[in-house]
Amino acid sequence: MAEPIKITVDGHEVLAQKGELVIAVAERAGVYIPRFCYHPRMRAVGMCRMCLVNVDGGRGPALTAACVAEVTDGMVVDTQAPTVKKAQDGVLEFLLINHPLDCPVCDKGGECPLQDQTLHFGPGETRFVEEKRHFEKPIAISDLVLLDRERCILCDRCTRFSKEIAGDPLIHFIQRGNHTEVNTFPDHPFASYFSGNVVQLCPVGALTSTPYRFTARPWDIARVESTCTSCAVGCRVAVESSGNRITRYQGLDSEPVNQTWLCDRGRFDFEWVNSDDRLSGPLVRKADELVEVGWGEALSAAATQISDTIGDRGAAAVGVIGGGRLTNEDCYAWAKLAKAIIGTDNVDAQLGDGLPAEVVVGLPAATIEDACRADAVILIGPDLKEELPVLFLRLRGAIVDRGLPVIELTPRPTSMTPLAAASIIYRPGDVAPVAAALVASGNPDGDVAGVSVAAIIAARAALAAATADGMTNIVVVLGRPSLAESDAGPVGAAGALLGALPGVTFLSALRRGNVRGAIDLGLAPGLLPGRVSLDAGRQWYRQQWGAVPVAPGLGTAAMLTAAAEGHIQCLILLGADPMSDFPDRALAQRALATVPNLIALDTFLTESSRHATVVLPAAAYGEKAGTTTNVEGRISRLGQTVVAQGTAWADWMIAVELAQRLGGDLGVDNVDEIWDEIERVAPAHRGITRALLRAPGRVDGVLAPAATDPALGAETLAEVIALDPSAAYQPASVVDGASAGVGIRVKGVIPAAPPDPAAAAPDEAAAPEEAEAEEAAAEAPAAPTVDRPAPLVWAPPAQMPSAPALDAYSYRLVSGRALYDLATSVTHSPHLASLVGPSVLRMNPAELDRIGVPQGGPVRVTSPSGTITVSTVADSGLPRGSASLVFNLASPSAADVIDSSAAVTEVRVETT
Amino acid sequence: MTYTPVTPIVTARLAAYPDAHTLDRAVSTGAYTSLRQALSQTPEEVHETVKTAVLQGRGGAGFPAGAKWGLLPAAGFPRWLVVNGDESEPGTYKDRVLMERDPHQLIEGALICAYAIRASQVFIYVRGEMALAQERLVQAVNDAYAAGYAGRNVCGSSWSMDVTLHWGAGAYIVGDETALLESLAGRRGMPRPKPPYFPAAIGLYDDPTIVNNVETLSNLPWIIANGGEAFAALGVEKTHGTRMFALSGHVKRPGVYEVGSGSLTFRDLFYDPALGGGIRNNRRIKAFVPGGASAPWFFEEHLDLALDPTVVGPAGSMLGSGAIMVMDETTDVVRTAWRLVRFYANESCGKCTPCREGASWLERIYQRILSGNGRLEDLDLLADVGSNISPGPFPGPGLNPGDAPIAPFPYKKTTICDLGPSTVSPVMSSLRRFRSEYEAYITKAEVPVRG
Repeated sequence: MAEPIKITVDGHEVLAQKGELVIAVAERAGVYIPRFCYHPRMRAVGMCRMCLVNVDGGRGPALTAACVAEVTDGMVVDTQAPTVKKAQDGVLEFLLINHPLDCPVCDKGGECPLQDQTLHFGPGETRFVEEKRHFEKPIAISDLVLLDRERCILCDRCTRFSKEIAGDPLIHFIQRGNHTEVNTFPDHPFASYFSGNVVQLCPVGALTSTPYRFTARPWDIARVESTCTSCAVGCRVAVESSGNRITRYQGLDSEPVNQTWLCDRGRFDFEWVNSDDRLSGPLVRKADELVEVGWGEALSAAATQISDTIGDRGAAAVGVIGGGRLTNEDCYAWAKLAKAIIGTDNVDAQLGDGLPAEVVVGLPAATIEDACRADAVILIGPDLKEELPVLFLRLRGAIVDRGLPVIELTPRPTSMTPLAAASIIYRPGDVAPVAAALVASGNPDGDVAGVSVAAIIAARAALAAATADGMTNIVVVLGRPSLAESDAGPVGAAGALLGALPGVTFLSALRRGNVRGAIDLGLAPGLLPGRVSLDAGRQWYRQQWGAVPVAPGLGTAAMLTAAAEGHIQCLILLGADPMSDFPDRALAQRALATVPNLIALDTFLTESSRHATVVLPAAAYGEKAGTTTNVEGRISRLGQTVVAQGTAWADWMIAVELAQRLGGDLGVDNVDEIWDEIERVAPAHRGITRALLRAPGRVDGVLAPAATDPALGAETLAEVIALDPSAAYQPASVVDGASAGVGIRVKGVIPAAPPDPAAAAPDEAAAPEEAEAEEAAAEAPAAPTVDRPAPLVWAPPAQMPSAPALDAYSYRLVSGRALYDLATSVTHSPHLASLVGPSVLRMNPAELDRIGVPQGGPVRVTSPSGTITVSTVADSGLPRGSASLVFNLASPSAADVIDSSAAVTEVRVETT
Repeated sequence: MTYTPVTPIVTARLAAYPDAHTLDRAVSTGAYTSLRQALSQTPEEVHETVKTAVLQGRGGAGFPAGAKWGLLPAAGFPRWLVVNGDESEPGTYKDRVLMERDPHQLIEGALICAYAIRASQVFIYVRGEMALAQERLVQAVNDAYAAGYAGRNVCGSSWSMDVTLHWGAGAYIVGDETALLESLAGRRGMPRPKPPYFPAAIGLYDDPTIVNNVETLSNLPWIIANGGEAFAALGVEKTHGTRMFALSGHVKRPGVYEVGSGSLTFRDLFYDPALGGGIRNNRRIKAFVPGGASAPWFFEEHLDLALDPTVVGPAGSMLGSGAIMVMDETTDVVRTAWRLVRFYANESCGKCTPCREGASWLERIYQRILSGNGRLEDLDLLADVGSNISPGPFPGPGLNPGDAPIAPFPYKKTTICDLGPSTVSPVMSSLRRFRSEYEAYITKAEVPVRG
């Protein structure tokens, strides 16, 4: 960093860096300059003129917009001069002359920067006696966002966001002067996946969201810091509730993760938590009907079914599917229950739509920030905008701001394709050889698995240009490009890249909320909590838990197959709905119809839990505290803000109760104890204490293992707390809402639980360790000390996977997800449910011609798993020979034709 | 009446020949010879000549063109030359005359500049309403391409340059160079925050850009032909060359006049038989606007000031774009002020709050006063709303003839560009000197002058 320069703000000397804006430096010095248009995450426009202050850069003081003025050495800033006061007063009067002042019925009333700043900086009365400007109010600019142009103060925040951040420039100023208004283009609604952000950005009540509108007054809102778990990006949010109903999410500004932004699904799918269709109590199947019973009876029934299965067929006849919806603590409790008490390793949090757990935890890890700062990113995964929208935003930001080259390997055009430095559209099933050719030492002699030499050379050139110093700083974003091809392709590709690119790191693009936490905490076959393999961790966990499974168990697809074949006799679904959420519905159907004991922990009666023998209602998001882990392995807190509906229990409580009824003891009584145990036993979680997670201002969470978190460095915990950045940012006299510019400050958020001063001691783990030592002594008096096992390191397979030979009469199927699909959280959120699109088959127009189907016309799609009839859309971006069908949209679904046992699903497409 | 005419520079051809806009006439009277001459020199030599000439920008701000070109970063390419032909200030029509009547002179000047600054392309942005100028420029550019004066290998040299024409869509604000660049790039025409004060480093498409006014560039052929020293020698100290003034209003001979910079007074301009020819019907002058509608008004006692920025500025106004509007004693200044305020309220781009809201508020107050619903407190309100757009004492002459100026030019502003304070100019100018006429509207007394 360059030598700091000195400026004076209201008589105080402040150190600043060249290029910093006056408004930001003053704020750091504790001087709040009022503002509306300024937002630190967007380009300054100097539009509202609210931040006028006297700036003297050497030629005498002059009124200057502090949001666009950069500091210079020796600059003198005066925010209190009479001319400044008059200018601020004047701007506020101007802003108010045409503002309707309908605050009593405005969502923003009570948390409105216009109100607050008028109170502090503005005139007490108006001199305007003319009639105010009128517009029709409100108008819908999208399905989720309403615009009241009378309230709008034209600060350019929403319009800048749509263009600069979201890349969906669908709203803009129209007309001019006093007639200026924000609006959409005719017949082009603001159909952005990120539209809800403009509601949070709006400094007045001009933009409101349909789900929140008129539901609460800000002063009735309880707010708690939390993390969105709609996908696995782990956006930090403030969850707000009023009257024991969740009313709203607001994005928190977490620098390494979401930087204030949320996607619309994440922002608005809280409605499912409030749904009246939630399970109210446990259900047990009696005479082929699910009957509501008490918890005691339901738990006993479940325990009996489990223990009978163990007794009859052994522990390996029990399987546990799911975990992505759970908190870290839930996951750990269930992993311990399954692996130590039940004794089965047939545990999988993924539903055949992810990557092998050992690949996820065993590859050298990259953070989102690493990807954004890399020399180049290689993307082998789903359409990020559909599955991990805010990760898409972050990468898009890096592409737009600093020209990050993204080289994409995909079976179909995605939202990243127009932004990527190079996109290789590969033939479904053939990603591994294409990835290998991308990083091979010489150019290929001929086409690689159908991809032209030219395309590969172009992508190689893009990669080489970006990494002139020898391809050292490359991040691979790795996920499942298609649910209709097995994970062997991306795994093979990862192996090829790992072998060829020294120093390459990987960011997993898994989608389910806490799937990373579930994997990290052992809800995966062959893994134990803390990213260790069953073999490596056996001794350690035997000491900690008393018992661990003997051999690696089955993944979800294998479990369902085993259940369908009668080998698995008891399936436990942890918030999993294989009937609608597993790529191969036929297999799920056979499994659930066959398995005699099906225990479902869920929030709703789903297509799967309808088959259950015992249904246990689980507490939902916002109803339980805990922690979650995002795609990077970053751990952050989940806050509880409402009481669980009906008699629902947190999943960990169900695990504790079941353990007791199975004759075991998980040894934990509350969430805090579970976390303390995780911190103590799980190698990757060592040092990430509750106190650290709850340190004030630690909005970013903590990366696991803690040693890899750049924010922690070598500092001691005490220093981390002492460095609380929010302390310096406290605006002098303005309430939180006025600084909505930087998202909601954590300061105004009630911590999920108060920091524990005892645990905040520098030697963070000392106290619990002693307590545990006593317990351990009771269990295993003479146990010799066993070292913590080392985290798993993945060794790629030697063999490159191969797709089946091409069949000229078949099309290779591609299937990915859409943001709005038939997930429980969408279908039970009324404002989102209507956004789910229809199922259509996309094909190259030449192929449609070949089949003889007009665009839009119906076709019959047949695979070994089934037959469906869908309408078609021509998509010239798809290669010939491929057909694309979005997963989990309205019937018919791709799941009806995907064959999970095939390397790639091939379908016949015919006219009906 | 001691005015001695100067030899015209930029209007020489158009004054002599009605068909000056044709290629034949232009070439036969020397067009493109300066371009040829410039191409025989290095760009640095051409730039040096223009620096020596001290060619002050004719768009209003008066920043010397040679110095402006020097602000370009040495290594920034591509770089653009943008010709600001969006002349929209009420009363200003000198550039229109140059574009309509002598387009080849402008094209030649633009090409000389493009050569000197090593531009990658020339854009000429013409105001949307100027149909004849557009028609003539299209013809001229096409003819210049056909004759080898533009496009590939200009004048047979190894230097090539494209000239692209662009029509505005009818927004006054686009006369601000940063708004013009936004508009040219296909975005909404709104001024950019300043600094940077010049688009030299970050201009069109965020590349280095020079924006010059039509009249400024039209001087270049003469400067190259006659040398920088010859140009600098014209005019008075600190104002060099000639200047065009667009004279309008209540004079007998309104029109565009090219005169020696700083060498004549307003009285000369208004009353000389070769120029304005006197006030219509030989009435008394009531007020005049010395430099476009944004300039604070002058009055009878200012007639003997020289048309020199260094004289006009300290007196409280500006020469600006060279538009001079004369109002005789029959003028209803309240309606005049309202008409100008209405123009600015309509033309505000809507970006800065004080201009967007303040201009239309002022306009509404005027409407109320003119319709007989004014209140006496509205007069102080007009002044105070104005002071929230342009804080501090507003520039202008003293309250009564003989008083010292209230403040010298320029005005302070709470806005990004000058459109906001421009709105305040007619308000404060008329209110200070003719408050009684406002009061007459309000008290329903006999209105001295009714428009």
